[in-house]
Amino acid sequence: MSAIQPPSEIVWWKQPLDRVEGTWIAIALVWSLIMFIMMPLWHVYGKQNLSNEAYRTTPQAFMAKTQAMVDQYTVRTETPAQIPVVRPPPGSDVYVLGRLWQWWPLLELEKGQTYRLHISSMDWQHGFSLQPVNINLQILPGYEMVVTITPDTVDQQTIICNEFCGLGHHNMVGRIYITGEGS
Amino acid sequence: MSTEVFRVCPISGLQFHKPAEWLMKSLAVAGVVMLLIGGAEALLITLTRWPAVHLLPANSFYQLLTSHGVNMLIFWLIFFEIAVLYFCSSTLLRCRLATPRIAWLGFALMIIGAVVNNLAVMKGNASVMMTSYVPMPANPNFYLGLILFAVGALIGCFVFLGTLVVAKEEKTYEGSIPLVTFGALTACIIAVFTIASGAIILIPTYLWSIGYINHIDPATYRLVWWALGHSSQQINVAAHVSVWYAIAAIVFGARPLSEKVSRTAFFLYIAFLQLASAHHLLVDPGLSSEWKIFNTSYAMYLAVLASMVHGLTVPGAIEVAQREKGFTNGLFEWLRKAPWGNPVFSGMFISLVGFGFIGGISGVVMGTEQINIIIHNTIYVPGHFHATVVIGTTLAFMSLTYFLIPTLFRRKVMLAGLAKWQPYLFGFGMAVFTLAMMGAGTLGVQRRHWDMAFTNAALGFDYPASAYTLMGIVGVAGVAAVLGGIIFILVTVLSIFFGKPVSDEAGYGIAASRALRAEPIVVPDGGHAAAGKLGFAAPGTFLLAIFFLVIFVLYYVVNWKYLASVWPLS
Repeated sequence: MSAIQPPSEIVWWKQPLDRVEGTWIAIALVWSLIMFIMMPLWHVYGKQNLSNEAYRTTPQAFMAKTQAMVDQYTVRTETPAQIPVVRPPPGSDVYVLGRLWQWWPLLELEKGQTYRLHISSMDWQHGFSLQPVNINLQILPGYEMVVTITPDTVDQQTIICNEFCGLGHHNMVGRIYITGEGS
Repeated sequence: MSTEVFRVCPISGLQFHKPAEWLMKSLAVAGVVMLLIGGAEALLITLTRWPAVHLLPANSFYQLLTSHGVNMLIFWLIFFEIAVLYFCSSTLLRCRLATPRIAWLGFALMIIGAVVNNLAVMKGNASVMMTSYVPMPANPNFYLGLILFAVGALIGCFVFLGTLVVAKEEKTYEGSIPLVTFGALTACIIAVFTIASGAIILIPTYLWSIGYINHIDPATYRLVWWALGHSSQQINVAAHVSVWYAIAAIVFGARPLSEKVSRTAFFLYIAFLQLASAHHLLVDPGLSSEWKIFNTSYAMYLAVLASMVHGLTVPGAIEVAQREKGFTNGLFEWLRKAPWGNPVFSGMFISLVGFGFIGGISGVVMGTEQINIIIHNTIYVPGHFHATVVIGTTLAFMSLTYFLIPTLFRRKVMLAGLAKWQPYLFGFGMAVFTLAMMGAGTLGVQRRHWDMAFTNAALGFDYPASAYTLMGIVGVAGVAAVLGGIIFILVTVLSIFFGKPVSDEAGYGIAASRALRAEPIVVPDGGHAAAGKLGFAAPGTFLLAIFFLVIFVLYYVVNWKYLASVWPLS
């Protein structure tokens, strides 16, 4: 009987397995388990893991912390809109906020140093996509996400918004400059 | 129960309950209309993302992208799926459909919901994408339309379940329900879960949009919304896998290799597929790695295992049926001599291969907790799900439609020459489209983004030239696939309204099928394994499966290596 008719054997569950199915199931199961184990293993041996450290916050509270960093460590401004470029000390807590339609402020970090990057949104959901290194994070209002980053290239990285956030979404761009060690 | 309410198709042997027949026709037609609208939008969106063309202005692009997502992923597929549910219950179990009047009420609600939602988007104040992430607000009718549609679909699910009860009660079949009906039941159970999740999140969101509730937590919204958004794609998987089994049976008279294995695989879908909400939350704040790993892997990839099983057993069943008909030379004579000119078969086979090789592998890779960091929200993501939902589900439904034209609508398939080529144009067009999107996504090109050149942004960014080339390929291949879609709609509409009535088997034309004709199957001594090689009933299929696994492993490893090149994060 074909698959669109009831099974010909009333007790179909006792029909023995074909060798082709049994072998494939065994292989597929082993592969499934390998893929499962890979994720915890990467937490132990891999270098690219999210800490999943996050806090509840408010736009006001997060803005205040970001403003404090900007007031203390701004080194210059860029673009006609005078967006501050902030160079915080290595190892410190660094803040970037997303809002319609801007990542603020711009950062200047040092290669090989570690920073605790805090990101949150002032309004709607945004996507933090760092290019060309290609690191992508989801940013929510009311949540402060913390990621420890160690830039290992000397270049300029662009933050592109990759969660749709309205008409100006495609203009929402920020930047992280990476300077050489000790420069 | 009078016999006049039933019609037995003299050619296929299928028995149709007339009220069910009308419902199925109406649902299929409504689905194809949504496909037409969504397809027109697809063309305009593709032509905008093709950098050299960049057709639409930004606001129209985002508006049409919202509408395209909802019309295709929700309306087209679910209209057709409810038709599939009625076919798998009333038609395959040869029984009356439970409560046809209530089924019509469900259909009416679905139509009203689809219209209300489309009008809201068309008005221009609901361009929030299909996901409508809070706190970005949409016109309340956007949510209301979805809710009404969902209630209608839920009614359809319960009519299906009721019909199973009717068939059992009236003893229209003996033993267990057919495998294909079992798969449809899987789809129905997942659909009930999906719609319940949708109600839990969309009803409060509707109340929020009219000002009755003042806050919806965005993280909670994402968690629950994706229990709707991702699970609804699992309805598609369960439905199109059932369609694969059905077409293998219809075209080849194929039996499942083993009922036990195929049904257990469906059961694994019910048990684990719903965890996939996590796929969308892997780089979200507020969730632990333990939670992410367990859920994103469907508890140790048990649902992936199920798909890998179906991927073997469907072509395996075809191979066994072909070998029993005498195509026993070498490993692949059965496949070479398959009816490649019959779009019912060719579409189904391209759907199976495309779903597995492109959609399946990319889905597992990007759903790996850490690898998601380099893929989340890039255009890789729509690349993946166009392979699963368009090559997988839509193409499977198209092939089934070529069978339904002569059996359900009783018309000969018109423009046979074009129809023969349609699955190839559509399938290969989409394959190139999805692969190019994945390539561009790997280079960091974003999804849902109007301008990859950042022309008006205060700070710019230059993608490499290869990213532009890939997006150009996306444009060309997208247009080719849309052309395939147009041919499908042309063939379907012309055949239904102007096709020659089918009176004998020749009337099936290119959609040749065996369906229920009781052609005796010669089972060789020693069971069907004896027709195979080395004790393997389907050695050719097994070799193909191993080839699939090799590609899978290589691609998986390559992505870990790519991830390792990214800045250290902790």
